[in-house]
Amino acid sequence: MGKKHQKVVVLPCSGIGKVFGALARETAYELVENVRPGLATLTCLPLLVINDPEAVALVTENPVITIDGCPKDCAKKSVEALGKVVDKAYEAIKFYKEHKDLKPEGIAEVTDTGRKLAAVAAAEVAKMVDELAAGEEK
Amino acid sequence: MMDIQVMKVGVVSCSGEEIPEGTLCRLACRKVLDERPGETVTICLPLFIAGGEEERTFAANYPTITVDGCDKLCAAKATEMLSGKPSKSLSIPEILKKRGLAPPTKLRHFGTEEEAAVKAVAEEIARAVDEVLEED
Repeated sequence: MGKKHQKVVVLPCSGIGKVFGALARETAYELVENVRPGLATLTCLPLLVINDPEAVALVTENPVITIDGCPKDCAKKSVEALGKVVDKAYEAIKFYKEHKDLKPEGIAEVTDTGRKLAAVAAAEVAKMVDELAAGEEK
Repeated sequence: MMDIQVMKVGVVSCSGEEIPEGTLCRLACRKVLDERPGETVTICLPLFIAGGEEERTFAANYPTITVDGCDKLCAAKATEMLSGKPSKSLSIPEILKKRGLAPPTKLRHFGTEEEAAVKAVAEEIARAVDEVLEED
Protein backbone atom coordinates (compact mmCIF):
# COMPACT_ATOMS: atom_id res chain seq x y z
CA MET A 1 0.00 0.00 0.00
CA GLY A 2 1.38 3.40 -0.99
CA LYS A 3 0.73 6.91 0.25
CA LYS A 4 -2.90 7.99 0.66
CA HIS A 5 -4.08 11.04 -1.25
CA GLN A 6 -6.70 13.72 -0.59
CA LYS A 7 -6.93 14.57 -4.28
CA VAL A 8 -6.89 12.65 -7.52
CA VAL A 9 -6.46 14.83 -10.60
CA VAL A 10 -8.67 14.05 -13.59
CA LEU A 11 -7.55 15.62 -16.86
CA PRO A 12 -9.86 15.36 -19.85
CA CYS A 13 -9.19 16.13 -23.50
CA SER A 14 -9.40 19.81 -24.49
CA GLY A 15 -10.62 19.26 -28.03
CA ILE A 16 -13.51 21.10 -29.64
CA GLY A 17 -13.61 19.04 -32.81
CA LYS A 18 -14.66 15.53 -31.84
CA VAL A 19 -17.49 13.94 -29.90
CA PHE A 20 -15.17 11.83 -27.78
CA GLY A 21 -13.38 14.95 -26.56
CA ALA A 22 -16.73 16.26 -25.35
CA LEU A 23 -17.49 12.87 -23.79
CA ALA A 24 -14.13 12.95 -21.97
CA ARG A 25 -14.94 16.36 -20.48
CA GLU A 26 -18.49 15.39 -19.54
CA THR A 27 -17.13 12.32 -17.74
CA ALA A 28 -14.61 14.44 -15.84
CA TYR A 29 -17.30 17.01 -14.90
CA GLU A 30 -19.62 14.25 -13.73
CA LEU A 31 -16.83 12.90 -11.53
CA VAL A 32 -15.88 16.19 -9.90
CA GLU A 33 -19.42 17.54 -9.52
CA ASN A 34 -21.49 14.48 -8.66
CA VAL A 35 -19.63 11.19 -8.27
CA ARG A 36 -16.47 12.07 -6.32
CA PRO A 37 -16.75 15.77 -5.41
CA GLY A 38 -13.88 16.95 -3.24
CA LEU A 39 -11.71 13.99 -4.16
CA ALA A 40 -11.61 14.09 -7.95
CA THR A 41 -10.10 17.42 -9.01
CA LEU A 42 -9.84 19.19 -12.33
CA THR A 43 -7.31 21.59 -13.67
CA CYS A 44 -7.16 23.26 -17.07
CA LEU A 45 -4.97 21.23 -19.41
CA PRO A 46 -3.56 24.35 -21.13
CA LEU A 47 -2.17 25.49 -17.76
CA LEU A 48 0.24 22.57 -18.06
CA VAL A 49 1.18 23.69 -21.55
CA ILE A 50 2.30 27.09 -20.20
CA ASN A 51 3.90 25.51 -17.10
CA ASP A 52 1.66 27.27 -14.58
CA PRO A 53 3.34 26.56 -11.21
CA GLU A 54 0.12 25.77 -9.29
CA ALA A 55 -1.22 23.43 -11.95
CA VAL A 56 2.15 21.72 -12.34
CA ALA A 57 2.38 21.20 -8.56
CA LEU A 58 -1.15 19.78 -8.42
CA VAL A 59 -0.36 17.28 -11.16
CA THR A 60 3.09 16.27 -9.96
CA GLU A 61 2.09 15.86 -6.29
CA ASN A 62 -1.11 13.83 -6.77
CA PRO A 63 -2.24 10.76 -8.69
CA VAL A 64 -3.39 11.62 -12.21
CA ILE A 65 -6.02 10.07 -14.46
CA THR A 66 -6.26 11.25 -18.06
CA ILE A 67 -9.26 10.81 -20.36
CA ASP A 68 -8.33 11.49 -23.95
CA GLY A 69 -10.70 12.05 -26.85
CA CYS A 70 -8.51 10.81 -29.69
CA PRO A 71 -5.35 8.74 -30.25
CA LYS A 72 -3.18 11.88 -30.16
CA ASP A 73 -3.44 11.57 -26.36
CA CYS A 74 -2.87 15.26 -25.59
CA ALA A 75 -3.85 14.97 -21.94
CA LYS A 76 -1.57 12.02 -21.29
CA LYS A 77 1.34 13.53 -23.21
CA SER A 78 0.96 16.92 -21.52
CA VAL A 79 1.41 15.21 -18.14
CA GLU A 80 4.31 13.11 -19.39
CA ALA A 81 6.00 16.28 -20.68
CA LEU A 82 6.31 17.29 -17.02
CA GLY A 83 8.19 14.08 -16.27
CA LYS A 84 5.21 12.58 -14.47
CA VAL A 85 3.90 9.10 -15.22
CA VAL A 86 0.11 9.05 -15.60
CA ASP A 87 -1.45 6.65 -13.09
CA LYS A 88 -4.29 5.65 -15.41
CA ALA A 89 -4.93 6.72 -19.00
CA TYR A 90 -8.32 6.23 -20.63
CA GLU A 91 -9.47 6.89 -24.17
CA ALA A 92 -13.09 7.99 -24.12
CA ILE A 93 -14.04 5.78 -27.08
CA LYS A 94 -13.53 2.77 -24.78
CA PHE A 95 -16.68 3.65 -22.86
CA TYR A 96 -18.72 3.74 -26.06
CA LYS A 97 -17.27 0.43 -27.24
CA GLU A 98 -18.47 -1.12 -23.99
CA HIS A 99 -21.92 0.54 -24.16
CA LYS A 100 -22.90 0.64 -27.83
CA ASP A 101 -26.49 1.43 -26.90
CA LEU A 102 -25.34 4.87 -25.68
CA LYS A 103 -24.01 6.57 -28.80
CA PRO A 104 -22.76 10.03 -27.86
CA GLU A 105 -23.46 13.02 -30.09
CA GLY A 106 -22.39 16.66 -29.97
CA ILE A 107 -18.99 18.26 -30.39
CA ALA A 108 -18.47 21.10 -27.95
CA GLU A 109 -20.88 19.48 -25.48
CA VAL A 110 -22.54 16.06 -25.61
CA THR A 111 -26.31 15.66 -25.89
CA ASP A 112 -28.55 13.52 -23.61
CA THR A 113 -27.28 10.08 -24.67
CA GLY A 114 -23.71 11.27 -24.26
CA ARG A 115 -24.54 12.50 -20.76
CA LYS A 116 -25.90 9.07 -19.89
CA LEU A 117 -22.74 7.44 -21.22
CA ALA A 118 -20.62 9.93 -19.26
CA ALA A 119 -22.45 8.96 -16.07
CA VAL A 120 -21.64 5.29 -16.73
CA ALA A 121 -18.03 6.18 -17.54
CA ALA A 122 -17.70 8.34 -14.42
CA ALA A 123 -18.87 5.46 -12.25
CA GLU A 124 -16.14 3.28 -13.73
CA VAL A 125 -13.43 5.94 -13.40
CA ALA A 126 -14.57 6.57 -9.81
CA LYS A 127 -13.36 3.09 -8.83
CA MET A 128 -9.92 4.02 -10.09
CA VAL A 129 -10.10 7.36 -8.25
CA ASP A 130 -10.83 5.49 -5.02
CA GLU A 131 -7.99 3.01 -5.54
CA LEU A 132 -5.49 5.78 -6.27
CA ALA A 133 -6.66 7.84 -3.30
CA ALA A 134 -6.19 4.80 -1.08
CA GLY A 135 -2.60 4.52 -2.31
CA GLU A 136 -3.06 1.33 -4.26
CA GLU A 137 -0.37 0.91 -6.91
CA LYS A 138 -1.57 0.64 -10.54
CA MET B 1 -5.79 27.78 -64.88
CA MET B 2 -5.92 30.48 -62.25
CA ASP B 3 -4.75 29.36 -58.81
CA ILE B 4 -7.07 30.81 -56.20
CA GLN B 5 -5.83 30.53 -52.62
CA VAL B 6 -8.42 30.72 -49.89
CA MET B 7 -6.99 32.22 -46.71
CA LYS B 8 -8.03 30.58 -43.46
CA VAL B 9 -7.72 32.01 -39.98
CA GLY B 10 -6.65 29.78 -37.09
CA VAL B 11 -8.77 30.04 -33.95
CA VAL B 12 -7.11 28.76 -30.79
CA SER B 13 -9.47 28.35 -27.85
CA CYS B 14 -8.61 28.24 -24.19
CA SER B 15 -10.16 24.98 -23.10
CA GLY B 16 -10.41 26.01 -19.46
CA GLU B 17 -11.88 22.77 -18.13
CA GLU B 18 -11.75 24.20 -14.62
CA ILE B 19 -13.66 27.43 -15.25
CA PRO B 20 -17.09 28.28 -16.75
CA GLU B 21 -15.43 30.78 -19.09
CA GLY B 22 -13.54 27.85 -20.63
CA THR B 23 -16.79 26.20 -21.63
CA LEU B 24 -18.07 29.53 -22.94
CA CYS B 25 -14.86 29.87 -24.94
CA ARG B 26 -15.17 26.40 -26.48
CA LEU B 27 -18.82 26.89 -27.42
CA ALA B 28 -18.22 30.32 -28.95
CA CYS B 29 -15.18 29.12 -30.92
CA ARG B 30 -17.09 26.06 -32.13
CA LYS B 31 -19.97 28.31 -33.26
CA VAL B 32 -17.61 30.42 -35.35
CA LEU B 33 -15.89 27.35 -36.81
CA ASP B 34 -19.29 25.91 -37.77
CA GLU B 35 -20.58 29.16 -39.24
CA ARG B 36 -17.37 30.06 -41.12
CA PRO B 37 -16.03 26.65 -42.25
CA GLY B 38 -14.32 28.00 -45.35
CA GLU B 39 -12.46 30.72 -43.48
CA THR B 40 -11.55 29.23 -40.12
CA VAL B 41 -9.62 26.29 -38.76
CA THR B 42 -8.67 25.26 -35.24
CA ILE B 43 -6.18 23.21 -33.30
CA CYS B 44 -6.41 21.64 -29.85
CA LEU B 45 -4.09 23.79 -27.76
CA PRO B 46 -2.27 20.88 -26.02
CA LEU B 47 -1.22 19.62 -29.46
CA PHE B 48 1.47 22.29 -29.43
CA ILE B 49 3.18 19.94 -26.96
CA ALA B 50 1.63 16.57 -27.78
CA GLY B 51 1.60 16.92 -31.54
CA GLY B 52 4.28 16.88 -34.20
CA GLU B 53 5.92 19.43 -36.46
CA GLU B 54 2.69 20.07 -38.37
CA GLU B 55 0.90 21.14 -35.20
CA ARG B 56 3.77 23.27 -33.95
CA THR B 57 3.88 25.27 -37.19
CA PHE B 58 0.15 26.04 -36.96
CA ALA B 59 0.60 29.75 -36.25
CA ALA B 60 3.19 29.99 -39.00
CA ASN B 61 0.73 28.51 -41.49
CA TYR B 62 -2.33 30.50 -40.45
CA PRO B 63 -2.84 33.99 -39.07
CA THR B 64 -4.11 33.11 -35.62
CA ILE B 65 -6.67 34.47 -33.17
CA THR B 66 -6.40 33.24 -29.59
CA VAL B 67 -9.40 33.32 -27.25
CA ASP B 68 -8.74 33.14 -23.50
CA GLY B 69 -11.12 32.54 -20.62
CA CYS B 70 -9.06 34.10 -17.83
CA ASP B 71 -6.08 36.33 -17.17
CA LYS B 72 -3.66 33.41 -17.25
CA LEU B 73 -3.91 33.73 -21.06
CA CYS B 74 -2.93 30.12 -21.77
CA ALA B 75 -4.02 30.25 -25.40
CA ALA B 76 -2.12 33.44 -26.21
CA LYS B 77 0.99 32.43 -24.27
CA ALA B 78 1.12 28.83 -25.53
CA THR B 79 0.59 29.89 -29.13
CA GLU B 80 3.32 32.54 -28.98
CA MET B 81 5.71 30.32 -27.02
CA LEU B 82 5.30 27.12 -29.02
CA SER B 83 4.03 28.06 -32.47
CA GLY B 84 4.09 31.75 -33.43
CA LYS B 85 2.81 35.19 -32.48
CA PRO B 86 -1.00 35.43 -32.73
CA SER B 87 -2.50 38.08 -35.00
CA LYS B 88 -5.10 38.89 -32.36
CA SER B 89 -5.70 37.87 -28.77
CA LEU B 90 -9.22 38.04 -27.34
CA SER B 91 -10.23 37.81 -23.70
CA ILE B 92 -13.62 36.51 -22.58
CA PRO B 93 -13.76 38.65 -19.39
CA GLU B 94 -13.07 41.78 -21.47
CA ILE B 95 -15.71 40.85 -24.06
CA LEU B 96 -18.33 40.20 -21.36
CA LYS B 97 -17.49 43.47 -19.62
CA LYS B 98 -17.69 45.41 -22.89
CA ARG B 99 -21.07 43.82 -23.68
CA GLY B 100 -22.43 44.25 -20.14
CA LEU B 101 -22.94 40.50 -19.72
CA ALA B 102 -22.49 38.46 -16.55
CA PRO B 103 -19.90 35.65 -16.60
CA PRO B 104 -21.34 32.12 -16.74
CA THR B 105 -21.51 30.23 -13.46
CA LYS B 106 -21.51 26.58 -14.48
CA LEU B 107 -19.01 24.28 -16.15
CA ARG B 108 -21.40 22.40 -18.43
CA HIS B 109 -24.89 22.07 -19.88
CA PHE B 110 -25.13 25.64 -21.11
CA GLY B 111 -28.67 26.67 -22.06
CA THR B 112 -30.73 29.77 -22.71
CA GLU B 113 -29.20 31.66 -19.78
CA GLU B 114 -25.75 31.47 -21.34
CA GLU B 115 -26.92 31.93 -24.92
CA ALA B 116 -26.34 35.69 -25.01
CA ALA B 117 -22.78 35.30 -23.76
CA VAL B 118 -21.95 32.57 -26.30
CA LYS B 119 -23.45 34.70 -29.09
CA ALA B 120 -21.56 37.84 -27.99
CA VAL B 121 -18.21 36.07 -27.80
CA ALA B 122 -18.81 34.35 -31.15
CA GLU B 123 -19.61 37.73 -32.72
CA GLU B 124 -16.37 39.21 -31.40
CA ILE B 125 -14.38 36.25 -32.72
CA ALA B 126 -16.11 36.52 -36.12
CA ARG B 127 -15.33 40.25 -36.21
CA ALA B 128 -11.68 39.49 -35.45
CA VAL B 129 -11.69 36.88 -38.26
CA ASP B 130 -12.99 39.54 -40.68
CA GLU B 131 -10.31 42.01 -39.56
CA VAL B 132 -7.52 39.46 -39.98
CA LEU B 133 -8.81 38.46 -43.43
CA GLU B 134 -8.95 42.14 -44.47
CA GLU B 135 -5.42 42.75 -43.18
CA ASP B 136 -4.06 39.76 -45.11
